[in-house]
Amino acid sequence: MATAVSILPAQQLAVLNDAYRKAVGRKRLKAVLAAAVSCVALLIAAYGAEVNLHTLFTYFGNFVGYFDRILTLDSGARVWTNPAEWFWGWKKWLRMLGETLLISYVGTLIGAVFAFGLNFFAAQNTAPSAWLRFVIRRLLEFARTVPGIVFALIFVIAFGLGPMAGVLAIAIHSTGALGKLFAEIVENADMKPVEGIRSTGASWLSSMRFAILPQVVTGYASYALLRFEINVREASVMGFVGAGGIGQEFVVAIRKFYYSDVSAILVTIIVTVFIIDISTGWLRARLFGKETRH
Amino acid sequence: MSQMPKPDTAKLRAKYPDVFQRPASARLATPAMIVLALAIFAFGLVDLDFSPSKLISGVSQLGWITMMMIPPNPGSSFPLYMKAMGETLSIALLGTTLAAVLALPVSLLAARNIIPSNLIRFPVRRFLDSIRGVDTLIWALVWINVVGLGPFAGVLAIMVSDFGAFGKLFSEAIEAADRKQVEGIRASGGNALHEIRFGLLPQVLPVIAGQVLYFIESNTRSATIIGIVGAGGIGLELAEQIRVLEWQKVSFLILLILIAVAAIDFISSKLRFAIIGQRAVA
Repeated sequence: MATAVSILPAQQLAVLNDAYRKAVGRKRLKAVLAAAVSCVALLIAAYGAEVNLHTLFTYFGNFVGYFDRILTLDSGARVWTNPAEWFWGWKKWLRMLGETLLISYVGTLIGAVFAFGLNFFAAQNTAPSAWLRFVIRRLLEFARTVPGIVFALIFVIAFGLGPMAGVLAIAIHSTGALGKLFAEIVENADMKPVEGIRSTGASWLSSMRFAILPQVVTGYASYALLRFEINVREASVMGFVGAGGIGQEFVVAIRKFYYSDVSAILVTIIVTVFIIDISTGWLRARLFGKETRH
Repeated sequence: MSQMPKPDTAKLRAKYPDVFQRPASARLATPAMIVLALAIFAFGLVDLDFSPSKLISGVSQLGWITMMMIPPNPGSSFPLYMKAMGETLSIALLGTTLAAVLALPVSLLAARNIIPSNLIRFPVRRFLDSIRGVDTLIWALVWINVVGLGPFAGVLAIMVSDFGAFGKLFSEAIEAADRKQVEGIRASGGNALHEIRFGLLPQVLPVIAGQVLYFIESNTRSATIIGIVGAGGIGLELAEQIRVLEWQKVSFLILLILIAVAAIDFISSKLRFAIIGQRAVA
Protein backbone atom coordinates (compact mmCIF):
# COMPACT_ATOMS: atom_id res chain seq x y z
CA MET A 1 0.00 0.00 0.00
CA ALA A 2 0.89 3.63 -0.08
CA THR A 3 4.13 4.36 1.64
CA ALA A 4 4.29 7.42 3.84
CA VAL A 5 5.95 10.43 2.28
CA SER A 6 8.64 11.58 4.63
CA ILE A 7 8.25 15.24 5.50
CA LEU A 8 11.24 17.19 6.66
CA PRO A 9 11.11 19.02 9.97
CA ALA A 10 9.50 22.44 9.65
CA GLN A 11 12.74 24.28 10.34
CA GLN A 12 14.68 22.54 7.58
CA LEU A 13 11.75 22.86 5.23
CA ALA A 14 11.50 26.60 5.81
CA VAL A 15 15.17 27.05 4.86
CA LEU A 16 14.78 24.97 1.71
CA ASN A 17 11.57 26.74 0.71
CA ASP A 18 13.25 30.06 1.24
CA ALA A 19 16.18 29.13 -0.96
CA TYR A 20 13.80 27.80 -3.61
CA ARG A 21 11.75 30.99 -3.57
CA LYS A 22 14.88 33.06 -3.85
CA ALA A 23 16.13 31.03 -6.82
CA VAL A 24 12.79 31.28 -8.60
CA GLY A 25 12.58 34.97 -7.80
CA ARG A 26 16.01 35.57 -9.32
CA LYS A 27 15.02 33.68 -12.43
CA ARG A 28 11.78 35.66 -12.71
CA LEU A 29 13.60 38.93 -12.24
CA LYS A 30 15.98 37.97 -15.04
CA ALA A 31 13.10 37.02 -17.33
CA VAL A 32 11.22 40.25 -16.57
CA LEU A 33 14.37 42.28 -17.18
CA ALA A 34 15.02 40.53 -20.49
CA ALA A 35 11.41 41.06 -21.52
CA ALA A 36 11.58 44.73 -20.55
CA VAL A 37 14.79 45.29 -22.49
CA SER A 38 13.40 43.62 -25.61
CA CYS A 39 10.14 45.58 -25.26
CA VAL A 40 12.05 48.85 -25.12
CA ALA A 41 14.18 47.78 -28.11
CA LEU A 42 11.02 46.89 -30.04
CA LEU A 43 9.38 50.21 -29.19
CA ILE A 44 12.44 52.10 -30.39
CA ALA A 45 12.45 49.95 -33.53
CA ALA A 46 8.75 50.62 -34.09
CA TYR A 47 9.43 54.32 -33.84
CA GLY A 48 12.39 54.03 -36.21
CA ALA A 49 10.48 52.03 -38.80
CA GLU A 50 7.54 54.42 -38.69
CA VAL A 51 5.18 51.65 -37.70
CA ASN A 52 1.70 52.78 -37.13
CA LEU A 53 -0.80 50.24 -35.89
CA HIS A 54 -3.59 52.45 -37.12
CA THR A 55 -2.18 52.28 -40.66
CA LEU A 56 -1.80 48.53 -40.40
CA PHE A 57 -5.44 48.04 -39.49
CA THR A 58 -6.63 50.49 -42.10
CA TYR A 59 -4.48 48.94 -44.77
CA PHE A 60 -4.99 45.32 -43.84
CA GLY A 61 -8.16 45.39 -45.91
CA ASN A 62 -5.96 46.57 -48.78
CA PHE A 63 -3.73 43.54 -48.37
CA VAL A 64 -6.65 41.13 -48.66
CA GLY A 65 -8.10 43.29 -51.41
CA TYR A 66 -4.80 43.20 -53.27
CA PHE A 67 -4.81 39.42 -53.36
CA ASP A 68 -8.42 39.52 -54.41
CA ARG A 69 -7.50 41.79 -57.30
CA ILE A 70 -4.47 39.84 -58.51
CA LEU A 71 -6.65 36.74 -58.58
CA THR A 72 -9.21 38.44 -60.83
CA LEU A 73 -8.99 38.70 -64.60
CA ASP A 74 -9.80 41.87 -66.51
CA SER A 75 -13.13 40.32 -67.42
CA GLY A 76 -14.01 40.12 -63.71
CA ALA A 77 -13.86 36.33 -63.51
CA ARG A 78 -11.57 34.44 -61.13
CA VAL A 79 -8.23 33.58 -62.71
CA TRP A 80 -8.57 29.82 -62.41
CA THR A 81 -11.77 29.77 -64.44
CA ASN A 82 -9.78 30.68 -67.54
CA PRO A 83 -6.16 29.48 -67.36
CA ALA A 84 -5.49 30.34 -71.01
CA GLU A 85 -6.34 33.97 -70.33
CA TRP A 86 -4.47 33.98 -67.01
CA PHE A 87 -1.24 32.63 -68.52
CA TRP A 88 -1.59 34.50 -71.79
CA GLY A 89 2.09 35.42 -71.82
CA TRP A 90 3.37 31.95 -70.98
CA LYS A 91 5.74 31.80 -73.96
CA LYS A 92 7.54 34.98 -72.95
CA TRP A 93 7.46 34.08 -69.25
CA LEU A 94 8.85 30.62 -69.84
CA ARG A 95 11.69 32.13 -71.86
CA MET A 96 12.45 34.58 -69.06
CA LEU A 97 12.21 31.75 -66.56
CA GLY A 98 14.71 29.77 -68.64
CA GLU A 99 16.97 32.79 -68.58
CA THR A 100 16.61 32.98 -64.79
CA LEU A 101 17.59 29.33 -64.43
CA LEU A 102 20.54 29.80 -66.77
CA ILE A 103 21.70 32.86 -64.81
CA SER A 104 21.69 30.91 -61.59
CA TYR A 105 23.29 27.85 -63.20
CA VAL A 106 26.14 29.73 -64.88
CA GLY A 107 26.61 31.96 -61.83
CA THR A 108 26.72 28.99 -59.45
CA LEU A 109 29.18 27.12 -61.67
CA ILE A 110 31.55 30.09 -61.99
CA GLY A 111 31.26 30.72 -58.25
CA ALA A 112 31.92 27.05 -57.46
CA VAL A 113 35.00 26.99 -59.70
CA PHE A 114 36.45 30.08 -58.03
CA ALA A 115 35.56 28.78 -54.57
CA PHE A 116 37.23 25.50 -55.50
CA GLY A 117 40.35 27.34 -56.56
CA LEU A 118 40.49 29.42 -53.40
CA ASN A 119 39.29 27.13 -50.64
CA PHE A 120 42.54 25.16 -50.17
CA PHE A 121 44.25 28.45 -49.42
CA ALA A 122 41.54 29.42 -46.93
CA ALA A 123 41.44 26.19 -44.91
CA GLN A 124 43.59 26.07 -41.81
CA ASN A 125 45.08 22.66 -42.42
CA THR A 126 46.05 23.08 -46.07
CA ALA A 127 46.93 26.76 -46.46
CA PRO A 128 50.56 27.10 -47.62
CA SER A 129 51.02 30.31 -45.62
CA ALA A 130 49.13 32.03 -42.83
CA TRP A 131 49.48 35.39 -44.54
CA LEU A 132 47.84 34.17 -47.75
CA ARG A 133 45.11 32.48 -45.75
CA PHE A 134 44.23 35.70 -43.96
CA VAL A 135 43.94 37.64 -47.24
CA ILE A 136 41.80 34.97 -48.95
CA ARG A 137 39.53 34.68 -45.92
CA ARG A 138 38.85 38.42 -45.80
CA LEU A 139 38.22 38.43 -49.54
CA LEU A 140 35.67 35.62 -49.27
CA GLU A 141 34.03 37.34 -46.29
CA PHE A 142 33.63 40.53 -48.29
CA ALA A 143 32.12 38.67 -51.27
CA ARG A 144 29.66 36.91 -49.00
CA THR A 145 28.56 39.83 -46.80
CA VAL A 146 27.78 42.35 -49.53
CA PRO A 147 24.34 41.29 -50.81
CA GLY A 148 24.23 39.90 -54.36
CA ILE A 149 21.82 42.56 -55.52
CA VAL A 150 24.22 45.35 -54.52
CA PHE A 151 26.88 43.75 -56.72
CA ALA A 152 24.23 43.54 -59.44
CA LEU A 153 23.47 47.26 -59.12
CA ILE A 154 27.13 48.14 -59.58
CA PHE A 155 27.71 45.57 -62.35
CA VAL A 156 24.73 46.86 -64.31
CA ILE A 157 26.57 50.16 -64.55
CA ALA A 158 29.95 48.57 -65.38
CA PHE A 159 28.79 45.84 -67.79
CA GLY A 160 25.57 47.38 -69.03
CA LEU A 161 21.98 46.22 -68.55
CA GLY A 162 21.36 42.53 -69.14
CA PRO A 163 21.81 39.06 -67.70
CA MET A 164 25.61 39.23 -67.69
CA ALA A 165 25.57 41.58 -64.69
CA GLY A 166 23.25 39.19 -62.87
CA VAL A 167 25.46 36.18 -63.60
CA LEU A 168 28.58 37.94 -62.33
CA ALA A 169 26.80 39.21 -59.20
CA ILE A 170 25.60 35.71 -58.38
CA ALA A 171 29.03 34.29 -59.19
CA ILE A 172 30.78 36.65 -56.75
CA HIS A 173 28.30 36.07 -53.96
CA SER A 174 28.47 32.28 -54.50
CA THR A 175 32.27 32.37 -54.46
CA GLY A 176 32.14 33.93 -50.99
CA ALA A 177 29.51 31.60 -49.61
CA LEU A 178 30.84 28.39 -51.17
CA GLY A 179 34.47 29.27 -50.46
CA LYS A 180 33.73 29.34 -46.75
CA LEU A 181 31.72 26.11 -46.79
CA PHE A 182 34.30 24.31 -48.96
CA ALA A 183 37.10 25.41 -46.64
CA GLU A 184 35.15 24.05 -43.69
CA ILE A 185 34.83 20.66 -45.41
CA VAL A 186 38.59 20.64 -46.06
CA GLU A 187 39.25 21.50 -42.41
CA ASN A 188 37.24 18.44 -41.41
CA ALA A 189 39.11 16.15 -43.80
CA ASP A 190 41.40 13.43 -42.53
CA MET A 191 45.05 14.56 -42.69
CA LYS A 192 46.61 11.09 -42.68
CA PRO A 193 46.40 10.60 -46.45
CA VAL A 194 48.18 13.96 -46.85
CA GLU A 195 51.04 12.75 -44.65
CA GLY A 196 51.19 9.54 -46.65
CA ILE A 197 51.45 11.35 -49.94
CA ARG A 198 53.86 13.93 -48.54
CA SER A 199 56.15 11.11 -47.38
CA THR A 200 56.52 9.95 -50.97
CA GLY A 201 57.96 13.36 -51.84
CA ALA A 202 54.89 14.75 -53.56
CA SER A 203 54.35 18.47 -54.04
CA TRP A 204 51.63 20.49 -52.31
CA LEU A 205 49.53 20.35 -55.45
CA SER A 206 49.62 16.57 -55.76
CA SER A 207 48.87 16.08 -52.09
CA MET A 208 45.78 18.25 -52.47
CA ARG A 209 44.78 16.34 -55.60
CA PHE A 210 45.28 12.81 -54.31
CA ALA A 211 44.79 13.12 -50.54
CA ILE A 212 42.21 15.84 -49.93
CA LEU A 213 40.14 15.97 -53.10
CA PRO A 214 38.80 12.38 -52.99
CA GLN A 215 37.57 13.02 -49.44
CA VAL A 216 35.78 16.28 -50.09
CA VAL A 217 34.43 16.15 -53.62
CA THR A 218 30.94 14.85 -52.74
CA GLY A 219 30.60 17.49 -50.05
CA TYR A 220 31.48 20.12 -52.63
CA ALA A 221 28.88 18.83 -55.07
CA SER A 222 26.24 18.77 -52.38
CA TYR A 223 26.87 22.34 -51.27
CA ALA A 224 27.05 23.58 -54.87
CA LEU A 225 23.64 22.05 -55.57
CA LEU A 226 22.22 23.67 -52.44
CA ARG A 227 23.68 26.98 -53.57
CA PHE A 228 22.08 26.53 -56.98
CA GLU A 229 18.72 26.19 -55.25
CA ILE A 230 19.29 29.43 -53.32
CA ASN A 231 20.56 31.21 -56.42
CA VAL A 232 17.38 30.42 -58.37
CA ARG A 233 15.52 32.53 -55.81
CA GLU A 234 18.17 35.19 -55.97
CA ALA A 235 18.16 35.25 -59.78
CA SER A 236 14.40 35.69 -59.80
CA VAL A 237 14.85 39.17 -58.29
CA MET A 238 17.94 40.22 -60.27
CA GLY A 239 15.60 41.67 -62.90
CA PHE A 240 14.45 44.31 -60.38
CA VAL A 241 17.68 46.21 -60.98
CA GLY A 242 17.92 45.36 -64.68
CA ALA A 243 20.17 42.33 -64.40
CA GLY A 244 18.05 39.90 -66.41
CA GLY A 245 15.58 37.12 -65.73
CA ILE A 246 11.91 36.93 -64.82
CA GLY A 247 12.21 39.71 -62.22
CA GLN A 248 12.07 42.26 -64.99
CA GLU A 249 8.66 41.02 -66.15
CA PHE A 250 7.44 40.87 -62.57
CA VAL A 251 8.45 44.38 -61.65
CA VAL A 252 6.80 45.72 -64.80
CA ALA A 253 3.58 43.86 -63.99
CA ILE A 254 3.57 45.22 -60.43
CA ARG A 255 4.45 48.79 -61.32
CA LYS A 256 1.90 48.95 -64.14
CA PHE A 257 -0.83 47.23 -62.09
CA TYR A 258 -1.32 44.26 -64.47
CA TYR A 259 -2.96 42.43 -61.60
CA SER A 260 -3.57 38.98 -63.07
CA ASP A 261 -0.06 38.96 -64.55
CA VAL A 262 1.37 39.47 -61.07
CA SER A 263 -0.31 36.35 -59.76
CA ALA A 264 0.55 34.36 -62.90
CA ILE A 265 4.26 35.19 -62.63
CA LEU A 266 4.22 34.57 -58.87
CA VAL A 267 2.70 31.14 -59.42
CA THR A 268 5.30 30.40 -62.12
CA ILE A 269 8.14 31.37 -59.77
CA ILE A 270 6.77 29.37 -56.84
CA VAL A 271 6.22 26.26 -58.97
CA THR A 272 9.73 26.55 -60.43
CA VAL A 273 11.29 26.92 -57.00
CA PHE A 274 9.36 23.83 -55.84
CA ILE A 275 10.52 21.80 -58.82
CA ILE A 276 14.14 22.89 -58.38
CA ASP A 277 14.01 22.13 -54.63
CA ILE A 278 12.62 18.67 -55.20
CA SER A 279 14.94 17.75 -58.07
CA THR A 280 18.12 18.97 -56.40
CA GLY A 281 17.03 17.17 -53.24
CA TRP A 282 16.66 13.99 -55.29
CA LEU A 283 20.00 14.53 -56.99
CA ARG A 284 21.74 15.15 -53.68
CA ALA A 285 20.22 12.02 -52.18
CA ARG A 286 21.55 10.07 -55.17
CA LEU A 287 25.02 11.54 -54.90
CA PHE A 288 25.21 10.76 -51.21
CA GLY A 289 23.57 7.38 -51.67
CA LYS A 290 26.27 6.45 -54.17
CA GLU A 291 28.94 7.48 -51.70
CA THR A 292 27.62 5.34 -48.84
CA ARG A 293 27.29 2.28 -51.05
CA HIS A 294 30.99 2.28 -51.92
CA MET B 1 55.57 -22.38 -46.30
CA SER B 2 52.87 -23.45 -48.61
CA GLN B 3 52.73 -22.00 -52.03
CA MET B 4 49.60 -19.99 -52.76
CA PRO B 5 47.76 -21.59 -55.65
CA LYS B 6 47.97 -19.37 -58.67
CA PRO B 7 44.57 -17.70 -59.09
CA ASP B 8 42.77 -18.53 -62.26
CA THR B 9 42.18 -14.96 -63.39
CA ALA B 10 40.23 -15.86 -66.45
CA LYS B 11 37.80 -17.93 -64.44
CA LEU B 12 37.39 -15.26 -61.80
CA ARG B 13 36.89 -12.68 -64.48
CA ALA B 14 34.10 -14.76 -65.95
CA LYS B 15 32.55 -15.32 -62.52
CA TYR B 16 32.59 -11.70 -61.30
CA PRO B 17 32.37 -9.50 -64.36
CA ASP B 18 31.26 -6.50 -62.30
CA VAL B 19 34.43 -6.43 -60.22
CA PHE B 20 36.88 -6.69 -63.09
CA GLN B 21 35.09 -4.54 -65.53
CA ARG B 22 32.55 -2.00 -64.36
CA PRO B 23 29.65 -1.81 -66.77
CA ALA B 24 29.92 0.83 -69.46
CA SER B 25 27.04 2.82 -67.95
CA ALA B 26 28.89 3.24 -64.63
CA ARG B 27 32.19 4.15 -66.30
CA LEU B 28 30.58 6.64 -68.64
CA ALA B 29 28.29 8.27 -66.03
CA THR B 30 30.84 10.74 -64.64
CA PRO B 31 32.29 11.96 -67.97
CA ALA B 32 28.80 12.17 -69.41
CA MET B 33 27.66 14.32 -66.50
CA ILE B 34 30.67 16.59 -66.86
CA VAL B 35 30.13 16.97 -70.61
CA LEU B 36 26.46 17.73 -70.03
CA ALA B 37 27.26 20.32 -67.36
CA LEU B 38 29.81 22.01 -69.61
CA ALA B 39 27.40 21.95 -72.55
CA ILE B 40 24.71 23.71 -70.52
CA PHE B 41 27.34 26.16 -69.30
CA ALA B 42 28.48 26.95 -72.85
CA PHE B 43 24.88 27.32 -74.01
CA GLY B 44 24.25 29.63 -71.06
CA LEU B 45 27.21 31.84 -71.94
CA VAL B 46 25.96 32.20 -75.51
CA ASP B 47 22.32 32.69 -74.55
CA LEU B 48 23.11 35.28 -71.87
CA ASP B 49 25.16 37.44 -74.28
CA PHE B 50 28.57 36.85 -72.83
CA SER B 51 31.32 38.22 -75.00
CA PRO B 52 35.02 38.69 -74.26
CA SER B 53 34.95 42.30 -75.43
CA LYS B 54 32.04 43.10 -73.09
CA LEU B 55 33.81 41.36 -70.26
CA ILE B 56 37.06 43.26 -70.79
CA SER B 57 35.45 46.66 -71.10
CA GLY B 58 33.27 45.89 -68.07
CA VAL B 59 36.21 44.85 -65.95
CA SER B 60 38.14 47.98 -66.88
CA GLN B 61 35.05 50.04 -66.01
CA LEU B 62 34.87 48.19 -62.71
CA GLY B 63 38.52 48.97 -62.03
CA TRP B 64 37.84 52.61 -62.70
CA ILE B 65 34.81 52.56 -60.40
CA THR B 66 36.91 50.97 -57.64
CA MET B 67 39.51 53.71 -58.05
CA MET B 68 36.75 56.29 -57.72
CA MET B 69 35.50 54.66 -54.51
CA ILE B 70 38.70 55.39 -52.61
CA PRO B 71 38.60 56.95 -50.12
CA PRO B 72 35.09 56.32 -48.76
CA ASN B 73 33.49 59.63 -47.96
CA PRO B 74 29.92 60.32 -46.83
CA GLY B 75 30.12 63.99 -47.74
CA SER B 76 27.57 66.02 -45.83
CA SER B 77 25.02 63.18 -45.63
CA PHE B 78 26.52 61.40 -42.62
CA PRO B 79 23.56 62.03 -40.24
CA LEU B 80 21.11 60.98 -42.94
CA TYR B 81 22.98 57.70 -43.44
CA MET B 82 23.09 56.96 -39.73
CA LYS B 83 19.36 57.49 -39.56
CA ALA B 84 18.85 55.18 -42.53
CA MET B 85 21.03 52.55 -40.84
CA GLY B 86 18.89 52.85 -37.71
CA GLU B 87 15.82 52.38 -39.86
CA THR B 88 17.35 49.23 -41.38
CA LEU B 89 18.12 47.75 -37.96
CA SER B 90 14.60 48.62 -36.78
CA ILE B 91 13.11 46.88 -39.80
CA ALA B 92 15.16 43.75 -39.16
CA LEU B 93 14.37 43.60 -35.43
CA LEU B 94 10.68 44.33 -35.75
CA GLY B 95 10.07 42.15 -38.81
CA THR B 96 11.78 39.16 -37.26
CA THR B 97 10.01 39.51 -33.92
CA LEU B 98 6.58 39.84 -35.49
CA ALA B 99 7.29 36.84 -37.72
CA ALA B 100 8.32 34.74 -34.72
CA VAL B 101 5.20 35.71 -32.76
CA LEU B 102 2.93 34.86 -35.68
CA ALA B 103 4.76 31.67 -36.63
CA LEU B 104 4.68 30.05 -33.19
CA PRO B 105 0.99 29.04 -33.19
CA VAL B 106 1.10 28.03 -36.85
CA SER B 107 4.18 25.89 -36.30
CA LEU B 108 2.21 23.90 -33.72
CA LEU B 109 -0.25 23.07 -36.49
CA ALA B 110 2.61 21.90 -38.73
CA ALA B 111 4.28 19.66 -36.12
CA ARG B 112 3.68 15.92 -36.39
CA ASN B 113 3.63 15.29 -32.64
CA ILE B 114 0.95 17.94 -31.98
CA ILE B 115 -1.30 17.40 -34.98
CA PRO B 116 -1.07 13.77 -36.03
CA SER B 117 -3.64 14.25 -38.78
CA ASN B 118 -2.19 14.71 -42.26
CA LEU B 119 -5.33 16.55 -43.28
CA ILE B 120 -4.35 19.74 -41.43
CA ARG B 121 -0.59 19.36 -41.40
CA PHE B 122 -0.11 18.90 -45.14
CA PRO B 123 -1.87 22.07 -46.32
CA VAL B 124 -0.21 24.11 -43.54
CA ARG B 125 3.22 22.88 -44.63
CA ARG B 126 2.59 23.55 -48.33
CA PHE B 127 1.32 27.00 -47.41
CA LEU B 128 4.52 27.75 -45.48
CA ASP B 129 6.60 26.33 -48.36
CA SER B 130 5.00 28.60 -50.92
CA ILE B 131 5.56 31.67 -48.73
CA ARG B 132 9.20 30.66 -48.46
CA GLY B 133 9.49 30.20 -52.21
CA VAL B 134 8.95 33.92 -52.78
CA ASP B 135 11.92 36.19 -52.20
CA THR B 136 11.80 38.98 -49.59
CA LEU B 137 12.23 41.58 -52.33
CA ILE B 138 9.09 40.34 -54.07
CA TRP B 139 7.15 40.58 -50.82
CA ALA B 140 8.49 44.09 -50.39
CA LEU B 141 7.12 45.05 -53.81
CA VAL B 142 3.72 43.58 -52.95
CA TRP B 143 3.58 45.39 -49.59
CA ILE B 144 4.62 48.68 -51.17
CA ASN B 145 1.53 48.39 -53.35
CA VAL B 146 -0.56 47.87 -50.22
CA VAL B 147 0.83 50.29 -47.59
CA GLY B 148 2.86 52.63 -49.77
CA LEU B 149 6.58 53.37 -49.93
CA GLY B 150 8.54 53.46 -46.69
CA PRO B 151 10.05 51.31 -43.95
CA PHE B 152 6.69 49.94 -42.82
CA ALA B 153 6.42 47.98 -46.08
CA GLY B 154 9.88 46.62 -45.32
CA VAL B 155 8.84 45.42 -41.86
CA LEU B 156 5.84 43.63 -43.34
CA ALA B 157 7.93 42.09 -46.13
CA ILE B 158 10.49 40.68 -43.67
CA MET B 159 7.66 39.52 -41.44
CA VAL B 160 5.89 37.57 -44.17
CA SER B 161 8.95 35.93 -45.68
CA ASP B 162 10.32 34.96 -42.28
CA PHE B 163 6.93 33.68 -41.22
CA GLY B 164 7.35 30.89 -43.78
CA ALA B 165 10.88 30.08 -42.66
CA PHE B 166 10.07 30.20 -38.94
CA GLY B 167 6.97 28.07 -39.34
CA LYS B 168 9.10 25.32 -40.81
CA LEU B 169 12.04 25.64 -38.40
CA PHE B 170 9.86 25.89 -35.29
CA SER B 171 7.79 22.87 -36.28
CA GLU B 172 11.01 20.90 -36.77
CA ALA B 173 12.20 22.00 -33.31
CA ILE B 174 8.89 20.90 -31.83
CA GLU B 175 9.04 17.55 -33.60
CA ALA B 176 12.53 16.99 -32.21
CA ALA B 177 11.34 17.62 -28.62
CA ASP B 178 11.32 14.81 -26.11
CA ARG B 179 7.98 13.06 -25.60
CA LYS B 180 8.61 12.13 -21.97
CA GLN B 181 8.00 15.51 -20.35
CA VAL B 182 4.67 15.79 -22.13
CA GLU B 183 3.66 12.35 -20.93
CA GLY B 184 4.64 13.32 -17.40
CA ILE B 185 2.36 16.35 -17.48
CA ARG B 186 -0.48 14.23 -18.81
CA ALA B 187 0.09 11.61 -16.12
CA SER B 188 -0.26 14.26 -13.43
CA GLY B 189 -3.61 15.36 -14.87
CA GLY B 190 -2.71 18.27 -17.14
CA ASN B 191 -4.82 19.10 -20.17
CA ALA B 192 -3.57 19.64 -23.73
CA LEU B 193 -2.69 23.29 -23.15
CA HIS B 194 -0.75 22.42 -19.98
CA GLU B 195 1.14 19.83 -21.99
CA ILE B 196 2.24 22.43 -24.50
CA ARG B 197 3.02 25.09 -21.89
CA PHE B 198 4.91 22.99 -19.35
CA GLY B 199 6.02 19.96 -21.35
CA LEU B 200 6.90 21.35 -24.75
CA LEU B 201 7.69 25.05 -24.47
CA PRO B 202 10.56 24.74 -21.97
CA GLN B 203 12.24 22.35 -24.40
CA VAL B 204 11.73 24.31 -27.60
CA LEU B 205 11.99 27.91 -26.39
CA PRO B 206 15.81 28.03 -26.20
CA VAL B 207 16.04 26.50 -29.70
CA ILE B 208 13.51 28.99 -31.00
CA ALA B 209 15.25 31.92 -29.31
CA GLY B 210 18.53 30.90 -30.93
CA GLN B 211 16.89 30.74 -34.33
CA VAL B 212 15.20 34.10 -33.91
CA LEU B 213 18.52 35.70 -33.00
CA TYR B 214 20.17 34.10 -35.98
CA PHE B 215 17.43 35.45 -38.25
CA ILE B 216 17.74 38.96 -36.84
CA GLU B 217 21.36 38.68 -37.89
CA SER B 218 20.59 37.48 -41.41
CA ASN B 219 17.68 39.90 -41.75
CA THR B 220 20.00 42.81 -41.14
CA ARG B 221 21.45 41.79 -44.49
CA SER B 222 18.01 41.43 -46.11
CA ALA B 223 16.87 44.75 -44.65
CA THR B 224 19.81 46.52 -46.25
CA ILE B 225 18.59 45.53 -49.70
CA ILE B 226 14.81 45.91 -49.54
CA GLY B 227 15.36 49.65 -49.74
CA ILE B 228 16.44 49.13 -53.34
CA VAL B 229 12.80 48.62 -54.35
CA GLY B 230 11.66 51.47 -52.07
CA ALA B 231 10.87 49.78 -48.76
CA GLY B 232 13.00 52.00 -46.55
CA GLY B 233 16.36 51.75 -44.89
CA ILE B 234 19.89 52.12 -46.10
CA GLY B 235 19.30 50.29 -49.38
CA LEU B 236 17.32 53.25 -50.64
CA GLU B 237 20.30 55.56 -50.14
CA LEU B 238 22.68 53.00 -51.61
CA ALA B 239 20.65 52.47 -54.79
CA GLU B 240 20.25 56.21 -55.19
CA GLN B 241 23.98 56.95 -54.83
CA ILE B 242 24.84 54.15 -57.28
CA ARG B 243 22.41 55.61 -59.82
CA VAL B 244 23.93 59.07 -59.58
CA LEU B 245 27.46 57.58 -59.65
CA GLU B 246 28.57 59.07 -56.31
CA TRP B 247 31.12 56.30 -55.80
CA GLN B 248 32.74 57.64 -52.64
CA LYS B 249 29.37 57.70 -50.92
CA VAL B 250 28.63 54.20 -52.28
CA SER B 251 31.80 52.78 -50.78
CA PHE B 252 31.06 54.52 -47.49
CA LEU B 253 27.57 52.99 -47.41
CA ILE B 254 28.91 49.51 -48.23
CA LEU B 255 31.46 49.90 -45.45
CA LEU B 256 28.71 51.02 -43.08
CA ILE B 257 26.66 47.93 -43.96
CA LEU B 258 29.64 45.62 -43.42
CA ILE B 259 30.34 47.18 -40.01
CA ALA B 260 26.69 47.00 -38.94
CA VAL B 261 26.38 43.37 -40.00
CA ALA B 262 29.58 42.48 -38.16
CA ALA B 263 28.35 44.28 -35.02
CA ILE B 264 24.99 42.51 -35.07
CA ASP B 265 26.77 39.19 -35.70
CA PHE B 266 28.90 39.78 -32.63
CA ILE B 267 26.02 40.79 -30.33
CA SER B 268 23.70 38.02 -31.40
CA SER B 269 26.33 35.31 -31.15
CA LYS B 270 27.07 36.49 -27.58
CA LEU B 271 23.35 36.44 -26.76
CA ARG B 272 22.87 33.06 -28.38
CA PHE B 273 25.72 31.66 -26.36
CA ALA B 274 24.17 33.07 -23.17
CA ILE B 275 20.82 31.44 -23.95
CA ILE B 276 22.30 28.07 -24.80
CA GLY B 277 24.48 28.26 -21.69
CA GLN B 278 21.39 28.93 -19.63
CA ARG B 279 19.79 25.84 -21.07
CA ALA B 280 22.79 23.73 -20.21
CA VAL B 281 22.61 24.88 -16.58
CA ALA B 282 18.85 24.55 -16.16
